[in-house]
Order: sequence, then structure tokens, then C-alpha cells
Amino acid sequence: MPGPDKETDLTERIEAFLSDLKRGGSGTGPLRGSAETARETTALLRRITAQARWSSAGDLMEIIRKEGRRMTAAQPSETTVGNMIRRVLKIIREEYARSRGSSEETDQQESLHKLLTSGGLSEENFRQHFAALKANVIEAINELLTELEGTTDNIAMQALEHIHSNEVIMTIGRSRTVESFLKDAARKRKFHVIVAECAPFCQGHKMATSLSEAGIETTVIADAAIFAVMSRVNKVIIGTQTVLANGGLRAVNGTHTLALAAKHHSTPLIVCAPMFKLSPQVRRLTNEPDFYNFCEILSKVNVHCPVFDYVPPELITLFISNIGGHAPSYIYRLMSELYHPEDHEL
Amino acid sequence: MADSGETGGPVKKDGIQQAKTEGKELTKEEKQRLRKEKKQQKKSKEKKDEKASQESEKEKKPVSSASPASQPPTQPITPKAPSAVPTLVPVPASETPAPADKPAKSKAEMKAERRARQEAERASKQGKKGEVGQQAAPGKPKAPPSELQPVVKRLPEHVQVDNPEVLKKLAKKLERQQTPEYNAATKVKIPLRSDYGYKVSLFSHLHQYSRKAPLTQQLSIPSTVIHPAIVRLGLQYSQGIVAGSNARSVALLHAFKQVIRDYTTPPNEELSRDLVNKLKPYISFLNQCRPLSASMGNAIKYIKKEISNIPSQCKEEEAKSKLLNCIDRYIDEKINLAAKAIAKSSIEKISDGDVILVYGCSSLVNHILCEAFEKNRKFRVIVVDSRPRLEGREALRRLVQRGISCTYVLISAVSYILPEVSKVFLGAHALLANGYVMSRVGTSQIALVAKAFNVPVLVCCETYKFCERVQTDSFVSNELDDPDDLIVTRKGKTQLEHWQEVPSLGLLNLVYDVTPPDFVDLVITDLGMIPCTSVPVVLRVKNVDQ
Repeated sequence: MPGPDKETDLTERIEAFLSDLKRGGSGTGPLRGSAETARETTALLRRITAQARWSSAGDLMEIIRKEGRRMTAAQPSETTVGNMIRRVLKIIREEYARSRGSSEETDQQESLHKLLTSGGLSEENFRQHFAALKANVIEAINELLTELEGTTDNIAMQALEHIHSNEVIMTIGRSRTVESFLKDAARKRKFHVIVAECAPFCQGHKMATSLSEAGIETTVIADAAIFAVMSRVNKVIIGTQTVLANGGLRAVNGTHTLALAAKHHSTPLIVCAPMFKLSPQVRRLTNEPDFYNFCEILSKVNVHCPVFDYVPPELITLFISNIGGHAPSYIYRLMSELYHPEDHEL
Repeated sequence: MADSGETGGPVKKDGIQQAKTEGKELTKEEKQRLRKEKKQQKKSKEKKDEKASQESEKEKKPVSSASPASQPPTQPITPKAPSAVPTLVPVPASETPAPADKPAKSKAEMKAERRARQEAERASKQGKKGEVGQQAAPGKPKAPPSELQPVVKRLPEHVQVDNPEVLKKLAKKLERQQTPEYNAATKVKIPLRSDYGYKVSLFSHLHQYSRKAPLTQQLSIPSTVIHPAIVRLGLQYSQGIVAGSNARSVALLHAFKQVIRDYTTPPNEELSRDLVNKLKPYISFLNQCRPLSASMGNAIKYIKKEISNIPSQCKEEEAKSKLLNCIDRYIDEKINLAAKAIAKSSIEKISDGDVILVYGCSSLVNHILCEAFEKNRKFRVIVVDSRPRLEGREALRRLVQRGISCTYVLISAVSYILPEVSKVFLGAHALLANGYVMSRVGTSQIALVAKAFNVPVLVCCETYKFCERVQTDSFVSNELDDPDDLIVTRKGKTQLEHWQEVPSLGLLNLVYDVTPPDFVDLVITDLGMIPCTSVPVVLRVKNVDQ
């Protein structure tokens, strides 16, 4: 029967995805980039929409929320999964609203005025059944997928607006977004890149080799030399793992030091982050770094090896995303466009 | 250097070469040199007759129609005379060392002649020129020496690597630097170390050597020029076996003690002058193995001063034992006792329940922590380490052996761990006269992050590491370590293995950096606890004492 087969097939895929996520986190570093994770999550969500059994938007959202909770639990540090789930939930809400009528279409946000006047917005329970809903939702998810595929190129296209010739640019670790950003600019301009290697995994080395193969003058420095060379750097361009709701970053460790050094020398810090990295979380005060036991010297010693750093928004100058450049103070607004407030907690 | 008669050739040039060497090693000791000079002038007047023959040769050099007598005849002294002349005539001094190298060279030689002539005349007129405290930069390779103002100190060779003339001069100087061997046929020279690998353009003015090609491979056998203790020391420096400011200075002093023990004064030479000359090629050799540190520079100055202060009537054995005692005393006072004094002051700053952050391996900071632990202070330590040297592991070992509870992180995690920290203790390689702290690369970063988190930063430094240089960034004067050290294998892949083949890829392995004084809250020295900006005051006090 197509029904149960589809279902088992679906659950298999979900399980496979979950184990992938778990493996990616507990190994020696992320096995895949965030873009791929986002794409795979979205594809999986599309499949769930297509194949799962649901009759109304509310059911679908429930299913997605449940699966989403499992996925984020599998790998808490991979926030793109959660982000994509919230995007899809928002899509569902929009499509539902559109199917129902246009009244809430224009403004989905909770404004003070609305709260006073209508009052019952949140009573919406999404129980109505619309035949075309499935198709609409799937189409919207397809649009989302196209958007995801084009993010890196969109960001790279803006490179020439930000890099002039003979600049010295500093970056840390390895970010595919920044790599394509710089390579794009290098086609037309000549500049110099300094890469901080970002111990202990030293992803900076791979970044440096790939940039130098594209003909960019690259220098690799140790993390300890970041402040020493910062005085000669014109711009700092970094990628990030997550953009938080307040405009801060959760980025690879060492980024906070880099940001402080840039601030001291008044060097602009530019973050290249596609929109799917925007997450409605704020910094959790009990930081949960991932402990990697990297060096075993003596058993009497505590070793800490945090993977991520928090960078407060005051240290950031500009965000470059696939929809353009923004100041950190604008991030909250972007987020309210992407996600519905009720989905912030899955 | 051998008697000028033997080297023949452009004696004048020799003089300038030596002048340069002189200046290189004694750039800061204006008063000392003048005092020495005065003494030697006095001596020379006594020995005028003895050195008649040598005088005639010297006469060739600077046109001394004037009283050659006043020209201190022996060779090492002669170049000093023109060089250390406190200003006399408005030598067209372009003060800046940077420009006009080659065209100025011949001018420089002529100026040296003129100067020497003037010096002879002046010295004959008056026995004493007052302690003007002027230091004319001796015949620099680059600029016409400046007589008027002592502002321009000579620019050390190791920061002029991008100037080919300087390198040529250095090569020639090393060639000529032979110990006063009795048999001048063995022209064994000190080899010149060649740079390795692609240098990042910002640092093209500095040397970059490879650890795999130590200098000693180029030494011919038998190397009669260099004392074996010095060869060993040089090798230990270049391979990183002896590392750390204090360790290097102490090792240097011990090696010099050995040299002094094995030294015999050649006939017709004075110990005070000859020994100094003998030390010069050793110092050049060590410099080639690894650029001298500020503490080593100060130690060398002290030794040279002591040697030249030895009265001429002193017997050799006596003189030697005197020197050995001096050196021992120096080590005792400046390093050991200073460490005790600093530990005493620092322990007051450590309270129970403190979490102390240290960076890398500083012998002084380790000493302080061990002392504090013995005085039963309850604290724990966080050791921050960085690639590629990973010196923190050594510090960790030492601390854990004593039983201190430690945590270990890499420098990229410092902003993660800093909220727990109550104090930061840093060691220093040198303290510059403008208040900047020169230390292992990464120190300024830690100070920066500590400042951002409002954690007090304390720097511990003995006064013998205070240095009269000024520097504002980590570029102009630094040391480049072997770039291959950055290569590492992760997950079985070595990304940078073939970095030399990729033309646009460079690796930068800095050794030192400078920390601005606003990041440092307190400097603990053996003279007490001072703010960073009081360093020139201490220097002045020290100079006056001397």
C-alpha cells in the first residue's frame, strides 16, 4: 500500500537524518556545512508535508513541531535545523491565512493596537481544511529551497561593494561563505588576506590553501598573533555559526578576541551570514560549549576546549546576508519577518 | 681584531667596520664609552712610544697630520675614537638612518676621516672633553653618522634585512671578525645565515631562519675562531633548547665565564682590551644563531664594562677571578635575588580563593606561583597556551608537580574562560622605555581581553630587562621563527605541507609582540611595584647609579 510504505519510508528518512545530525556533532567537527544542513532539513520537511497524514494546517504544524523537537535535540548546536523548521511553520501559517482570506495577510505581527482591538488573533487554531493547502505549502517550500541554494552566490555578489584594492583583510577559521565572498572579489581586485588558523582544529589552514589557489595573497598566522597584526588590517570579515536575536553572534572560538582587537583598532568587523542562520535564541547564560578532550597531558588537569564564542552586537559593524547589508540593530526586525513569535519555542 | 698591519688593505674600512660593530653592541652606553675613551686616551699617551709602529699605520687611515699620539694607537680603540666623538663639527648629519645608503657610504668614510682628524686635534688640545653624554652614532652603514644630537641611535642590522647593502656589510664584517689568532692564515670566518622561505611582505625587513639549517653546519672544522662553549650555546639557542629570557641570559653568562677561564692574554696586549675584542665574534655568532634578547644585550654591556674597567696593572689571574666574581654577582643580584624580591611583593597581591591566569612559560611567574603556594595561599591557576610553541605545557607540568590545581586552555578560548579569572600574571621579555611591554606573542591579546572583562593585569619583570628602545607596534622589530612550525596534521591531512610551492601563500610565525601600557595595571619589579609609564624613570635611575 502506498500509505504505509510512504510512512515507513518517511520515518526511515527522518531517522537517517537524525543519526546524521548526531554523528556530525559528536565526531571531530561538523561534517557538513550549515547550508547543506539547511537544505536537507527543508527537503525533509517538504517530504513530511507531502507524505505524512494530515488534514488541517494545525495537524501539519503539530507533526512538524514534533519532528523538529527531535531534530534539534539530536544536535543542539546546529541551529539551522531549528531555523528551517520555524521558517516552514511560518510558511504554513501564511499559506493558511492566505487560503482563509486576506484579513490577516497584511500584518501578521502582534502590534499593540491589534492586541487591543482584535484580541482574539491567537485563537486561531488552524483547524480548517483547505484542499489546496498542501500544494501551496509545498510550492512555498520549494521557493525556500531555491532561496537557500542561491544564498552563497547572493552574498558573494556583494563583495565588490565592500572590498577595495590593496586592502588587508583578516579572517578566522574556515567559512564557505567568506571563501566565496573573497574569491569573487579577487576576480576584479587585488588584496591581501590574513587568516588566523583557529586552533585546535586549524580550519584556517584549509581556508588559506584554497584562497591562495585562487591567486589571493594569503598569510597564515597563529591565533596568538591576532592582536599583533591587527594594526595593519583594514577590514575583518568573518563567517558565523549562528546569528542571535539581539544581533550577537555565536561563532567559532577565538572570534570574540578577534572582535575585541578589531574594536580596539577601530577596524570594521563584517559578518557574512545568510538568512537561514538567523536564530531567535538569545545567548543562554549558561553557555554550553562542547567539550573536546584535545590534549591529554596529565590526568590532574582540567582541559577546556570550547567550540563557540559569543560576540556581543556592539563589536559588529555590518551583517551581509543574501538580502543585502544590515546593521546589527536591525536584526530583530528581520527576525520578526522570518519567524512567527509563537514558534520561537518549538 | 688582529693588528692592522696584518689585515692590511683598507685599514680605514676596517676601522669603520669595527666602529659599526662597536656601535651595534654598545649603542646605549654613551657615558661608558666616553669614560672608556678617556681612559684609553690617557693610556695611549703613556704608551705612545711603544706603539710607534702601529701609529704609523693608523696614520694611513684618518689623515692624521695632527698628533698621532693622541690617536689611541691600538686598533680596537682607533675606530672608537672617531665613532664616539661627541659632536664637534657640524657634520652634515642627516639624522635619519633610513635614506641615503650607498651614495652616503663613501661620504661616510670621508666623514669618518674628517672626524678622526678632528678628534685627534681636539684630544690633543684638551685631555678631557666633558661628559657631554652625546653619542654620535658611529659609522653606520646607512647614514652619515650624526654627531650633533644623540637622538638617532644606530639601527640594528637585524631589522634591515631588506637592505642588500646592509647584508653585504654584515657578511664582510663577519668575515673579518676573527679572534686575534696568532696565525692569521686561518681566515676562518663566522658564517652568515641565510633566510628561509617566503617572507610576508610586511616583515621583509626581518630575518626568517629555518630551524633545520643551523648555523653550525656552515662552520668549518676546526673552528678555531669560536670557543666550543659558545658554539654549543648558539646551537642551543637556534634549536630552541634554551629558551626564555632569563634562561638565555644565564646560559650566556655561564658560557662567557668559561671563555674567560680559558682565556690567556696574548703578549703585548692588555686583557681589558683584548678580551673585549675576543668576545665580539662570539657575540656576532650568537646573534646569527638567534637575535639577542634585550636582557642578553644588557648582560653583555655589563660584562664589557667590567672588562674594560680592569686596571692595566692587574695580573691576569687576578683579573680573571675578578671577572668571574662579577659575573656571578650579576647573576645573583639581577636574576636570583630579584626573583625573590618580586615573589615577595607579588605574594601580597595573591589572596585566597583567587583564580590566576598565566600565559606561556615564564620562569619568573612560575617561581612566584610556587612561592605563593608554599606560603599556603589557596588559589588555582589557568594556564593559557598557544600554537605553535605550546610553551604552556611546560608551565603546566611544573605547576602540577608542585600540586597546584590547574586548568589548561588554548588562547582562542581565553574569552570563554576569563569571566572566572580574578587576576592575570604575565611575564615580560623586555620593558621598553615608552612603557610598552615586549613579550611572547599573544600577551597583548590576553591583556586586551582581560581589560575588556575588567580583570587586573600584572606584569612581572626584573629591572635588568628594562631597555631603552621604544616601539609602538609589533612590526618594526620582531623575530620571525621558522614558518614550518605552523604546519600541523589534523585528521590525517596536512594542509600546509606544500606551502612553499604555492606562490601566494605565506606563513607567519611571530615570536614577540608589544602590549600598550593602558592594558597593564601594574608592573612588579625588584625595585617595587610601578606603573608601566615609570619605566624610563627606572632607567634613568639605573644609569645615574652606574
